[in-house]
Amino acid sequence: MRNLAPVLVVVGCIMALWYSAAVMMNAQWERDQAGRAGVTVSWAQIVPATMHQERPVLPAPHQVAAELWQLTFVEETEGRRGLLQSGSLSNRGLLIHAWVTLSATMLGFAMGAGFGILLAVGIVHNRAMDASVMPWAIASQTIPIVAIAPMIIVVLNSVGVAGLLPKALIAAYLSFFPVVVGMVKGLRSPDAMQLDLLRTYNATAAQGLWRLRFPASAPYLFASLKVGIAASLVGTIVAELPLGGAGLGTRLLAGSYYGQTIQIWATLVVAAVLAAGLVGVVGAVQGRVLARMGMRA
Amino acid sequence: MMAAVRGQGILAVLVLIVGVVLLADWRVTVLLAVWLGAWLINHGLSQMGGAWAMRVVPVIFGMCLLVLWQMAVTLFAVSAVILPGPLAIAARFGSSLDVLWGDFVQTFVKGALSGYFIGCGAAILAAVAVDRSVFLQRGLLPVASFLAALPVVGIAPILVMWFGFDWQSKSAVVVVMVFFPMLVNAVEGLRASEQMQRDLMATYSASYWQGLFKLRLPAAMPFMFNGLKIATTLAMIGAIVAEFFGSPTQGMGFRISTEVGRLGLDMVWSQIAVAAMAGSAFYAVVAGIEKRVTFWHPSQRGR
Repeated sequence: MRNLAPVLVVVGCIMALWYSAAVMMNAQWERDQAGRAGVTVSWAQIVPATMHQERPVLPAPHQVAAELWQLTFVEETEGRRGLLQSGSLSNRGLLIHAWVTLSATMLGFAMGAGFGILLAVGIVHNRAMDASVMPWAIASQTIPIVAIAPMIIVVLNSVGVAGLLPKALIAAYLSFFPVVVGMVKGLRSPDAMQLDLLRTYNATAAQGLWRLRFPASAPYLFASLKVGIAASLVGTIVAELPLGGAGLGTRLLAGSYYGQTIQIWATLVVAAVLAAGLVGVVGAVQGRVLARMGMRA
Repeated sequence: MMAAVRGQGILAVLVLIVGVVLLADWRVTVLLAVWLGAWLINHGLSQMGGAWAMRVVPVIFGMCLLVLWQMAVTLFAVSAVILPGPLAIAARFGSSLDVLWGDFVQTFVKGALSGYFIGCGAAILAAVAVDRSVFLQRGLLPVASFLAALPVVGIAPILVMWFGFDWQSKSAVVVVMVFFPMLVNAVEGLRASEQMQRDLMATYSASYWQGLFKLRLPAAMPFMFNGLKIATTLAMIGAIVAEFFGSPTQGMGFRISTEVGRLGLDMVWSQIAVAAMAGSAFYAVVAGIEKRVTFWHPSQRGR
């Protein structure tokens, strides 16, 4: 907790920078408006005006916070289509979009992490797989898959694969690689002495895997799961860009088309909270599991 | 003895699978046969071992994937609108080199590279500043590592609004994307030198800057290059994704999104090939420099 004060100061500085940047960037619009109306405005009039524009270049933090509150809590409790009135999440609020993105992210992460672990087990146990798959797994990550994700989505949709799965596939592709790399490292982390001991016990390869290699790989696994889950959220958001319907990515693109800057920022905040939450959950599980296994988290 | 029995068991299962599939569809069998053949060659080669075999094995694997792709497209008569074969893509690639080159320059050289240098440079400078001040370390680092995990791609539409459609906005997106991962790695690196080594510098009465340039920056290099390598991929992604939110009539992201609309998938796959080659080459260049600079590090000496 000794980090709390410095963190607060830094966050405060960022907020101050944000406000002053908002004034600077939004002032031009106010001056243009005044110029068209044929009046001159002073800084004392401009500064408060820049805080309440409808489509500012850079919305002030309190505008974003208000929009966020409006689109989540107020929309669900008071809106006609909100949770209280209609019994389901409002399609105008951000919660439904966050939920759609979250579910695709979780499905993709589960697929990616599972596939990554299987691949790592294969790589560790089979020389041919190690030699042939590993270089291509590395090369596959230099392909900016996120950049071509929208195309893959459109093609999959035209074949008839729609809904959650195409997005989850992109998310899985992004999250499998960190898991493979971390897991291979982890499964190879027991030293030769321990492996030799198991051999003197006449343990089979499967026993070696379950009793020694898997437990030893836990710290590596969790470290790479954290990277993987953040990556799969990015994958899902990008994959949603070309799709209509719901999802944070769709909201971002819609906001960008209609110049709704406040809405874009509110969506970004939701995405940030989601990312922090997901990484936090994995971190908490990591702490629990490693503590139970007698390792330091 | 055990191994022999188990080998026979696996063989029997394989024969069974092939038999069942053969009854279902002969085309699948052909594909499976090619796959098995390549796999057996690779298996044999990797059993032989040796540096030469280890080079060849991944090449065979890659070729096998390409051949399987082409065969699957031909045998099942997949429409070119859904998935063109490698041959068709190669033909398209060869016939539109000038377009591809123009897009490559617009996206990679102007957008990604400029942003990469600005972002990584700024992150290293910031890391030196952070490293000097305990206050910044405690305050800025948690914030930075939080921001590094965020889906920064989402900021692309905003930056495109601010900086216009041309390469400047792409460059800005790349700067934001590479900055935080680079910062986190660089700060970690600057802490990597040991207390003993720092004390030695102190006994030489070295100034702060001497200590920085002679000891801590060199010691930070393995971490720095880790960040620089991660940043290569991020730079490619940032530059291409930013073009989806608006671009001049040139660029890889622009071409991909328009050609998808016109069902010109062979062009899209050519762009993907360019992106893959550019990304791999970019990564390889940084990795090559790393090998030269950090030749002393255990991870480099092992090979």
